[in-house]
Amino acid sequence: MQKDKKKMRESELIIIEKESDMPPMAMSLGYMTYNKTGSWRNIKPIINYDICIDCMICWKFCPDACVLIENGRPLIDYDFCKGCGICAEECPKDCIEMVEEGK
Amino acid sequence: MRKVIMGNHSLSYGALLSRVQVISAYPITPQTQVVELLSEMCASGELKAKFINVESEHSAMAALIGASAAGARTFSATSAHGLTLMHELLHWAAGARLPIVLGNINRAMAPGWTIWADQTDSLSQRDTGWIQFYCSSNQEVLDTIIQAFKISEKVLLPSMIVLDAFFLSHTYEPVDIPDQVVVDEYLPPYKPKYVLDTKDPHTFGGITSPEYYYEIRYKMEMGMRESVEVIKQAGKEYGELFGREYGLIEDYRCEDAEIIFITSGTAASTAKVVVDELREEGKKVGNLKIRVFRPFPFKELRRIIEHAKKVAVIDRNISFGHHGIFAQEVKSALYNHSNIPVFGFVAGLGGRDINPQTIKEIYHITESNEYPSEKVFWIGVKK
Repeated sequence: MQKDKKKMRESELIIIEKESDMPPMAMSLGYMTYNKTGSWRNIKPIINYDICIDCMICWKFCPDACVLIENGRPLIDYDFCKGCGICAEECPKDCIEMVEEGK
Repeated sequence: MRKVIMGNHSLSYGALLSRVQVISAYPITPQTQVVELLSEMCASGELKAKFINVESEHSAMAALIGASAAGARTFSATSAHGLTLMHELLHWAAGARLPIVLGNINRAMAPGWTIWADQTDSLSQRDTGWIQFYCSSNQEVLDTIIQAFKISEKVLLPSMIVLDAFFLSHTYEPVDIPDQVVVDEYLPPYKPKYVLDTKDPHTFGGITSPEYYYEIRYKMEMGMRESVEVIKQAGKEYGELFGREYGLIEDYRCEDAEIIFITSGTAASTAKVVVDELREEGKKVGNLKIRVFRPFPFKELRRIIEHAKKVAVIDRNISFGHHGIFAQEVKSALYNHSNIPVFGFVAGLGGRDINPQTIKEIYHITESNEYPSEKVFWIGVKK
């Protein structure tokens, strides 16, 4: 799904060479998926898969739909995760650790 | 077809003829009848538009912002407190460059609770980026709605059509209702370049860093400047098709006038009658009506009053601690261009009459003083 979106984006790419080519209003020439809001994050969740029981509570609670499910296991989408820590708080096995970015 | 209709219904017919697609409104006196008639038109199928009932004017404008971004031609109408509740969304509509057209029936702000005419509500929206038209007759109201869509859709800025409460909103006048076929020729369907569309998704109005925000504001100002010529052109083309031409201003017997009234709204019509009466007495006097307040018609104003000796600005509004708002705009237009004395008069707040006697009193003060003895004259105030 993610791959398909990327392909679509490339084909729709609008080239802006100078400021006056820009639309007159605040607008991104694409979906919100262009804006990788994960860069706002200070602390990041790390799942310890040895303890994780794949209950998907983190998937259910993530307010920004940043927990994906891949091969039946939860996977944090760091492109968009803002590090709120709700997943770590709600995890019944306490297997998500919030780690400072850059460490 | 000529019909005798009230100003409120002039707005409704203007929207009908413009083939608006989405209307969203909340009732407020004296505006209510505008949307009552429009909702009847929608219910009967005469107007093929979606009428959205909302719980406030804030929501009314928000709904139109969404509809306009999706490519619909949109309309609403309001008054006073309704307009000021919309204030935040007025900024949004203009910043998002959406050609929404809004009727505003000028009504004074409370307290004391009031439903009568006063321009302070719309003039408080001066800096939102909306084009503003001040109308003097029901015919002008209807004609201006149709022109406003043409202008707004060209320059991508919203337009506000303003008329005086009761003096126009509830007054019946004969109005020529143009033929739909000719209106369609004048106003083709709205075809936006950037549109909310799931098949071609873009993100609108998202977070904008200092790197770009400044340029977006610059483009708004360029749009406003471009609108000066677009308004003139739209008014001229309208004249060619319908026989009634419009401009940014309307000058009446100003050619050799020594004293010129600067007026707006219904006071402009009354001032013309007074000009005729004073001319019979041999007084050299004229009237300049400001039809478009934003963009402000600097050049046109300077050209008309070039040979006059004094101007008298009549304001049905007040910016507390300063002047009437038209007076301060006129002064800023003349600064560095002319040393002509500008007499500022406040009159008719909260629906008090501005009748021929009021305007004659204004004339006599202007004629008998070489220079304004007061920063602002309050006409007819009980002291």
